[in-house]
Amino acid sequence: MTEKKLAIIATKGTLDWAYPPFILASTAAALGYETEIFFTFYGLQLLKKKLNLQVSSLGNPGMPMPMPVPVVLQALPGMQSMMTMMMKQKMKAKGVASLEELRELCQEAEVKLIACQMTVDLFEMDTKEFVDGVEYGGAATFFEFAGESDICLYI
Amino acid sequence: MADFDRELDASGLNCPLPILRAKKTLADMESGQVLHIIATDPGSVKDFEAFAKQTGNELMSSGEEGGKFTFMMKKS
Repeated sequence: MTEKKLAIIATKGTLDWAYPPFILASTAAALGYETEIFFTFYGLQLLKKKLNLQVSSLGNPGMPMPMPVPVVLQALPGMQSMMTMMMKQKMKAKGVASLEELRELCQEAEVKLIACQMTVDLFEMDTKEFVDGVEYGGAATFFEFAGESDICLYI
Repeated sequence: MADFDRELDASGLNCPLPILRAKKTLADMESGQVLHIIATDPGSVKDFEAFAKQTGNELMSSGEEGGKFTFMMKKS
């Protein structure tokens, strides 16, 4: 079997949207894919050693809520952290892996993590806060791998 | 005597952890050895079939017993 390749662009920095890149990358690696994730814009948050990701129901009418809450109340202070806490509790209760664990499994499986240099500079992010092993590059770096990939996802 | 070499209890774990744990356990095993997997994630039934198909490891059997799913996988 020749090794297949998966290229992912991770652009989102919320707790819910942090899952797809790491779930797919770790699983692909387990299936023998050579995998690379390119983190850009808010996706860079997923590289921080200490993850502090939140979920918000604002602008997301599809989010299941234990009870209906009017949008204007969802904007009140403390609502976002409460929803984040509830989501984390639910995930734990259902045996969903933590992001840290999935990310570690990705790194163990040699999934390549590339941070977009331009957005790192744009947001003046401190790369010392990132996990070890992150590489830096731009669009051309991404295409070098993505151009040969079998699957390419924008998340 | 059990008819497998290693056992992995992935009960309570959700996608993709049963697959990732199985992969890790298989990596420490010899070719031809059999891994017995227990899982509670209903999605794992299709996922282990797909895993076997794509990795070349043989899914010898898969079954359900009292809400638990069991699999026998032979390392390629």
